[in-house]
Amino acid sequence: MEFERVGQTRHATEEPELRIKNFNFYYGKFQAIKNVNMDIHRRRVTAFIGPSGCGKSTLLRAINRMYDLYPAQRADGELMLDGKNILDRDINLTDLRARVGMVFQKPTPFPMSIYDNVAFGVNLHERLSRSDMDDRVEWAIKKAALWGEVKDKLRQSGMSLSGGQQQRLCIARGIAVKPQIILLDEPTSALDPISTTRIEELVADLKQEFTIAIVTHNMQQAARVSDYTAFMYLGELVEFDSTDNVFLKPKKKETEDYITGRFG
Amino acid sequence: MSAVIRTYDVGLRNRRSLVNKLALALSLVAMAIGIAALVWILFDVVRLGISALSPTLFTQDTPAPGSAGGLRNAIVGSLLLVGLATLIGTPIGVLAGIYLAEYGARSWLADATRFVNDILLSAPSIVLGLFVYAVFVTRTGGFSGWAGVIVLALLMIPVIVRTTENMLLLVPNTLREAAYALGCNKWKVIMYITLRAARSGVITGILLAVARITGETAPLLFTALSNQFFSANLNAPIANLPVTIYKFAMSPYADWVSLAWAGVFLITMGVLALNILARIFFREDQQR
Repeated sequence: MEFERVGQTRHATEEPELRIKNFNFYYGKFQAIKNVNMDIHRRRVTAFIGPSGCGKSTLLRAINRMYDLYPAQRADGELMLDGKNILDRDINLTDLRARVGMVFQKPTPFPMSIYDNVAFGVNLHERLSRSDMDDRVEWAIKKAALWGEVKDKLRQSGMSLSGGQQQRLCIARGIAVKPQIILLDEPTSALDPISTTRIEELVADLKQEFTIAIVTHNMQQAARVSDYTAFMYLGELVEFDSTDNVFLKPKKKETEDYITGRFG
Repeated sequence: MSAVIRTYDVGLRNRRSLVNKLALALSLVAMAIGIAALVWILFDVVRLGISALSPTLFTQDTPAPGSAGGLRNAIVGSLLLVGLATLIGTPIGVLAGIYLAEYGARSWLADATRFVNDILLSAPSIVLGLFVYAVFVTRTGGFSGWAGVIVLALLMIPVIVRTTENMLLLVPNTLREAAYALGCNKWKVIMYITLRAARSGVITGILLAVARITGETAPLLFTALSNQFFSANLNAPIANLPVTIYKFAMSPYADWVSLAWAGVFLITMGVLALNILARIFFREDQQR
């Protein structure tokens, strides 16, 4: 059985934003990801689930080349974005990261005002007039569902907000750059249940405009927010399908065992 | 069947309790000795210093024995020396600290720099004084203010390098990653994110380094020497508080000894103020 989704003809309009082909990843000599092939669809939410150490965060972090910061880490294969392999040496990382934003597990507000936190990323890529920047900051904070709480204190330090607000500030900071893809690496695992719900609602809104990939340890969360789910185990992509199929009629026994809580 | 009630070894417990009390007593005695010495010193400095304070301290220069005078030339000289040394030592120290924490990491150059820096940090200041005397004073034709500035800057640098590196390493790596993830390049991450996050710690380190050089006497004897008269010329010997105190305190003249106490009081209060300032800086930032 498949849940009815009103106004959504799902499979007819799907097109890949990012194609992952024969992707391998190494920490030194250890191979953490083995030959992954899958598509991440445009303006959909793709969830990565699996037990700790299965490589899901590693895969996510490869999509904006975070591993470049660490000399012992390397990747091969193809991550095709707009016809280019973003693993290529000659890819401009500043441009790539403008197109692929990331939000981390722990909220990471910069030591500056709320306004400057959001404007910081925009200033790296664009020259905006003062009023244009004001508009952009307001747009991004509104998109992150934070405007009502901070509109009167944009000059206060970003560190003064609560954990859930800080995380939405980080999302606003990522959105402000207008990326194509937003990567969420366990964005709610450090948050309370109410803040978690708000972030999940936010993800549902954001997919109108952005392609989203989310890593989560919480299977209910994956079921609630995602359109597609990838189950990874020991560095391999075990199963990748629409979320309904993965959760309701998994093809592989490992997937079923993990989802029903028999291991992991 | 075995009883649920545990039987305790009462002897063992009493023995541990006794050792615990003994350790506590020993550390209390050690603390009392340290604090008592400090209080005694501060008490004497304040008692003898305050009685020597007078308005002319800041308006008149160091006098000949038996005539009235103040410490104006020494105060101005010390401010000049310490101020310029800070201006020179701070950028060098902070930049070297940034190199060690953000660029060098575990490379051989960084490790070698750390090793040399640690040696400099614990080197007696008189060694640095002699060094500047040998390579600068003997070649430039005599004692000068600049030589004093150089030696004080050399004394500051290792302190600032160490604190800057440590404070930058305390910045969580997730913050750096978040900045890189926005497309930030390395120097911007350092300038706008990590250095900013470590700001209070770095400033505290600079203030403590200033406090350290304020009272240095031995290196100045070999470099800036001293001057009986008012002078702001850094190419000539220049008066300063530590050397003046040294000279006056050793003299047989009561008015000179009294001026030395006034100088000691000024330096102590200055260093105390710097330390308090450093604490306030650090605490305010921690609370935000």
